[in-house]
Amino acid sequence: MTKIAKRVFDTLILGAGGAGLRAALQLSQADAQVAVVSKVFPTRSHTVAAQGGVNAALANVSEDNWHWHMYDTIKGSDYLGDQDAIEYMCRAASKLVYELEHYGVPFSRLDNGKIYQRPFGGQSQNFGASQATRTCAAADRTGHAILHTLYQQNIRAKSHFFDEYFAIDLLRDDEGTFLGALVIDIATGEPLVIEAKTTFIATGGCGQLFRTTTNAHINTGDGMAMALRAGVPLQDMEFFQFHPTGIAGKGMLITEGARGEGGYLLNKDGERFMERYAPNVKDLASRDVVSRAIATEVREGRGCGPKGDHVMLQIAHLGADVVKKRLPGIRDLCQTFLHIDPIDTAIPVFPTAHYVMGGIPTDRHGQVVATFHDGPEEVVSGLYAAGECACVSVHGANRLGGNSLLDILVFGRAAGNQIIKHLKEHRYHKPLQEDAIDKAMQRLERWDKKGEGESVATLKAELKQVMENHCSVFRTAVVMQEGVDEIKKIRERLKDARLQDHSRVFNTSRIEALELENLVDISMATMLGALAREESRGAHSRIDFPTRDDKTWMKHSLYHLDGDRLDFKPVRTKPLTVETFPPKERVY
Amino acid sequence: MRFKIYRYNPDTDTEPYMQEVELKETHPGMMLRDALLALKEQDPSLSFRHSCGEGVCGSDGMNINGKNGLSCITPLAELKEPIEIRPLPGRPVIRDLVVDMGDFFDQYRAVKPYQIRKDPQKDVEILQSPIDRDKLDGLYECILCGCCSTACPSFWWNPKRFLGPAALLQSWRFLTDTRDQAEQERLDDLDGPYKLFRCHTIMNCLDVCPKGLSPTSAIGKIKELMLKKAI
Ligand SMILES: Cc1cc2nc3c(=O)[nH]c(=O)nc-3n(C[C@H](O)[C@H](O)[C@H](O)COP(=O)(O)OP(=O)(O)OC[C@H]3O[C@@H](n4cnc5c(N)ncnc54)[C@H](O)[C@@H]3O)c2cc1C
Ligand code: SF4
Ligand code: SF4
Ligand code: FES
Repeated sequence: MTKIAKRVFDTLILGAGGAGLRAALQLSQADAQVAVVSKVFPTRSHTVAAQGGVNAALANVSEDNWHWHMYDTIKGSDYLGDQDAIEYMCRAASKLVYELEHYGVPFSRLDNGKIYQRPFGGQSQNFGASQATRTCAAADRTGHAILHTLYQQNIRAKSHFFDEYFAIDLLRDDEGTFLGALVIDIATGEPLVIEAKTTFIATGGCGQLFRTTTNAHINTGDGMAMALRAGVPLQDMEFFQFHPTGIAGKGMLITEGARGEGGYLLNKDGERFMERYAPNVKDLASRDVVSRAIATEVREGRGCGPKGDHVMLQIAHLGADVVKKRLPGIRDLCQTFLHIDPIDTAIPVFPTAHYVMGGIPTDRHGQVVATFHDGPEEVVSGLYAAGECACVSVHGANRLGGNSLLDILVFGRAAGNQIIKHLKEHRYHKPLQEDAIDKAMQRLERWDKKGEGESVATLKAELKQVMENHCSVFRTAVVMQEGVDEIKKIRERLKDARLQDHSRVFNTSRIEALELENLVDISMATMLGALAREESRGAHSRIDFPTRDDKTWMKHSLYHLDGDRLDFKPVRTKPLTVETFPPKERVY
Repeated sequence: MRFKIYRYNPDTDTEPYMQEVELKETHPGMMLRDALLALKEQDPSLSFRHSCGEGVCGSDGMNINGKNGLSCITPLAELKEPIEIRPLPGRPVIRDLVVDMGDFFDQYRAVKPYQIRKDPQKDVEILQSPIDRDKLDGLYECILCGCCSTACPSFWWNPKRFLGPAALLQSWRFLTDTRDQAEQERLDDLDGPYKLFRCHTIMNCLDVCPKGLSPTSAIGKIKELMLKKAI
């Protein structure tokens, strides 16, 4: 076998979205040698698509504090979120948003020159008493503004980038210490080993699991699947958020900010139906609540359009000025993809796969934690994760809008700091054995097999359809059991799939094949987790188990690839300094 | 629907060629990216970059019937047949529609596209009036797709010396931001016959930007500011 090229860094970051770039910045500023690997040029990462904003209790518009934000996040999580991590995140929020502003994020402004904030769903003043105005926004392009700014600051800090390199698998020694990753240079197809004292996974979400999704083509959960293959379980994968307002049938997101600015939903009778489902806050209820309401309207025959398969989002009454100033991006999307101007016409919307609450289990320092040999949870040596691929868990069973951009900043930075500590304590690289590399190479070489076989594109389309049909907003045991069987078949068929294109240079078919393998593993984690959880909590709604069951199910699920096994661990209900928020009935 | 697509795979082809292909099934509202993905199912060896599918990531700049644009927001219905697809002009081709954007990003990085502050850092935001913030509109939205710079004749001939419209747009984005404190340094960096002054206001850039941004006016404003500072 030809010798594989090797590069050596202090620390390796897989992913150049918000989480990866925030960590990279922290590390580069501390003079650590950082390699940032991304399968697309950094500013193409999907953080770029975030629209509405990032939550922080700056109190620029109305009275606010982190403790109220903490309460809202816990209630939003349907009490599955870990309260220590949530306190940590909400306390850090203001500082990190100011920091972003100093880095250059072009936040929209209030007349007094302060950062503009808008109301978002599930956010309150005084522990549920009244609507809060907490989401800091750069028009409706907040993710773009944040991602570009973080990349820019990394240019300044001289972080080292491997643009358009695809990570295949993590590398580990016999003692279980993580020592880097095998990647390929997409442009040449050449493999490369990147050795590092720590490896940080920030590869984002897996929205490509579903046919209709707000997520980009690249969101295939690669890092999560790499963790699974390395023996790390995935936590709470049954909790997948369906955003209430994707453009019906197409999936592009219409930000919650549209309702935050005063937009509302209508059924075919022109009724503001959210008044029935959430009498107090109506259209600004939590996302799971609004998505279920829309799906129910449609199921009960009150949907709009010739097929009655969507509802309408009205923002025309806000007036041309507000729409142009605060929501220019979504106006653009409507004009491009629907040929309508939301200044005049309501937008057809339907719940759309959007965000994975589950992921690689970590503590609040971004350290990956796992139970390996039926023992207690332990820190996995050298391995870190943050962002959408991780599960801290701050979102529990349902994420609040505006809390994910916050999550990637807070825990990207925290992981950066923890890695700096690790680097101080570990001066030298541990040796990396060749057989670790061989195993990762096999995964790549498997696709060199020639001959007839099923196509990756067909299998991927089928998988996405299975997930959409069997694991959507409303779930039942029968339908999910069929889903499990379908995924098993796809998993078998994938073994016989073949590529037609075996060239090296910029071979996107090969990348898509590797991505599909990742998606299949994650779909199993999702479906099995969902089948096992016999209650309804947050985004996970079981028709056959319609209520929340705190006695049996106030616990996190953990899916292991080995034997498709599930186990569980308790929710951390003790915050850092304040009192626990005990579970209550969740009304909006 | 008939297409003529630029094909070149250095592993297997000695020279680039134009491939004629047909797409049997189209649907209303189909974008060019959807069509390319359907064509890729017919022939998986067709390579192009794409990701978000909604015009925000900037991956899929290409030359469409002679004009640069993003495939994901170009409606198929608006294109004349046969639809001719080529890589962005003037850049080395890696494979098919994938070009090497190295020079383009180098030029972007060369304008110090980051906020520089000299004052001590505060514990709250730096204030900025809505009017001052409005000056960043039409600048910060750039998605670095490269459609403009690869349509610019000056950039074709001098990709290492002329910064090109995209980088210059970003230069102005920071020059005009009231929070940035490196105006003189930025202007000094732009001095000389090439970096800025190779722009001959040919306006190709303005014509192609899929986000409706105007590098030409940004360049004009930099020149104006330079002049003002010179006297
Ligand atoms: C349309 C949309 C709108 C949203 N709006 C909001 C909002 O308003 N507020 C909010 O708080 N949240 C919002 N979210 C959620 C939020 O944007 C994301 O959860 C968050 O940006 C994820 O960031 P990340 O850094 O974890 O991942 P990403 O930004 O997805 O980055 C992942 C990175 O990993 C790299 N990568 C992945 N796999 C590999 C591999 N195998 N090899 C090499 N590199 C790899 C990618 O190239 C990329 O650089 C929105 C999400 C969507 C889809
Ligand atoms: S206006 Fe200047 S930058 Fe734009 S295309 Fe012409 S020469 Fe290039
Ligand atoms: S200015 Fe427009 S065309 Fe040029 S890189 Fe930016 S978005 Fe693309
Ligand atoms: S695919 Fe992202 S801009 Fe076209």
